[in-house]
Amino acid sequence: MFDLDLWKEILSTLKKNRLRSFMTAFGVFWGIFMLIVMSGAGRALENGVMDGIKAFATNSAFFWTEPTSKPYNGFQRGRRWNYKNEDIQYLRENVKEIQYLSPKLFGPNTNSGDNTIRGKKTGVFNITGDYPDFYKIDPWVPVKGRLINDIDILHKRKICIIGERVAEVMFEKEEDPIGEYLKINGVYFQVVGVVHPETRMNFNGNRKNESIMIPFSTMQQTYNMGDVVHFFAVTSMPGVPASQLEAKLKDLLKARHKVAPDDVQAVGSFNIEVEFVKYQGLFTGIQILTWIVGIGTLLAGVIGVSNIMLVIIKERTQEIGIQRAIGATPGNVIMHIVAESVFLTVIAGYIGLSLGIGLLELADMALSSGSANPDDVFFKRPEVSFNMAVGALSVLVVSGIIAGLIPARRAVSIKPIDALRDEGI
Amino acid sequence: MISLSNVHKSYAMGSSKLHVLKGIDLHIAHGEFVSIMGSSGSGKSTLLNILGILDNYDEGTYHLNGKLIKNMSEKQAAQLRNEMLGFVFQSFNLISFKNAMENVALPLYYQGVNRKKRNKIALEYLDKMGLLPWANHLPSEMSGGQKQRVAIARSLISKPKIIFADEPTGALDSATSFEVMDILQDINKEGITLIIVTHEHDIAAMTQKIIRLHDGKIAEILENGELKDWKHQYKRELEIA
Repeated sequence: MFDLDLWKEILSTLKKNRLRSFMTAFGVFWGIFMLIVMSGAGRALENGVMDGIKAFATNSAFFWTEPTSKPYNGFQRGRRWNYKNEDIQYLRENVKEIQYLSPKLFGPNTNSGDNTIRGKKTGVFNITGDYPDFYKIDPWVPVKGRLINDIDILHKRKICIIGERVAEVMFEKEEDPIGEYLKINGVYFQVVGVVHPETRMNFNGNRKNESIMIPFSTMQQTYNMGDVVHFFAVTSMPGVPASQLEAKLKDLLKARHKVAPDDVQAVGSFNIEVEFVKYQGLFTGIQILTWIVGIGTLLAGVIGVSNIMLVIIKERTQEIGIQRAIGATPGNVIMHIVAESVFLTVIAGYIGLSLGIGLLELADMALSSGSANPDDVFFKRPEVSFNMAVGALSVLVVSGIIAGLIPARRAVSIKPIDALRDEGI
Repeated sequence: MISLSNVHKSYAMGSSKLHVLKGIDLHIAHGEFVSIMGSSGSGKSTLLNILGILDNYDEGTYHLNGKLIKNMSEKQAAQLRNEMLGFVFQSFNLISFKNAMENVALPLYYQGVNRKKRNKIALEYLDKMGLLPWANHLPSEMSGGQKQRVAIARSLISKPKIIFADEPTGALDSATSFEVMDILQDINKEGITLIIVTHEHDIAAMTQKIIRLHDGKIAEILENGELKDWKHQYKRELEIA
């Protein structure tokens, strides 16, 4: 039955009823167009946000200290305490679930005016003391020079790695920061790298590009911090949930620092895994919503098609009666109507698909050329997956069949003689 | 060719039933030219529809070419119509967006004849009807007589054994009516059985046999020889009325 004649027949029928064909097609076109555009927009939002965090180690957890909330072991509540260097050693040696452990120090705070000086240029930046392992948890890419390494830690070198924004503020455009010196809180450090953050996750409020990183050991000694550690960044071994490691480390740290085991406040912690799951849930939700709304719109289009087909059938009752009187079987009639409907929905859907994707491409071009700082865009690469396109097309074919089948069955249920008598034309 | 025995047909009209045909016995032989007459409501169109397998009947038997036509599936009926029967309608029933040639070729489409071939055959039949120059015209661009000739060509193209015509001249003026009847007579001479429904006596008088229906029953059957007498009688009836 899949013959050329059927298609010629369908084409000539559609061609000779242009307005009708167009009206029928428009509903479907709109449905699929909206589905594609909405899904693309949803995906763009996801890309925009996930790009900012996806390079971040998803199995990581972070620890800092808070005043205790319970008296314990002779100490009063409200005691301020700190992690110590021995903790680093202890954790590395005794907790097998730790993959990377990176202690961190926060430098003199940023509220007390400019902390960085070079000649006549001044600025206020986040100063942190870091270990090389930190780059395995929160990746940074050197634009120029290098990152902090183990020898820096070992020799307590007075070097610093600066964010791109720092380089902009403290140096002229034509200057090369590498090898130059910055006076940070009264001490000179040599710049050995200009870096760019791969993620947008940030621990201390300000923009990530405005960071200056110096070796952990250098910071402790230079600024008289003793053996204090402000912050631990930890990743769990593959297969170990970060939340499990988080709980274990909290208990260990409490025990080592004479904090009440049931003190929920003293060890501040944060678990990226949980946040990630939240984000992923959010975007899954957005995708599901997109599909629901999109399919709803599409369904409205298909119902429109079915409706229009019903009207058409009504209009064509006589024509169908004639066809049946001169030998068309119900199969012929159904085949014809369904093929017509599928043909229309698929063509219309395909146009909707193409225009929708075209619009997304345009938006993508506008987005990527329009913004100066791509890091600030939360809307990136609007796109639809191949699966999505295939899925939408199959939905179209199926809905085309349904949209045709309902009126076709109705058309066939009218006896040919009644169809012929329908002479209201 | 056609053999009806005690055929009943009623339509449901809401809650009541309308008994249209009340026991029809009828035999029509191969090659006959028969007209069915009767006042409106006498059941003549219903009878034609049953004969043309466009409608089914409730009781009795209908043999077409020796085959019992009863409880047929739509598919079988459609195939039988396509192979055996041709239809001509009062309102022509041409498909408005197809030109004359495509309209004529349509029955062959359902037989699976390819486009080129069926259009060629359609042109031959249009030529027979003297409509070759109109082959590419739409029905709306043709006169009533021309449209009916296209419809006749369409009914002929599948080489049917029987052609049913429901008021074939009903929408035509008398001159065109006679033209169409001439064509039908020619077709009959080629050996095709023709059954027409009409309420015009002069049209009926051009056929070989008149079946008069009255109130769902056959009131009388007039053979060719009796037609002249019948015409007189009919005229008298008219005068009295």
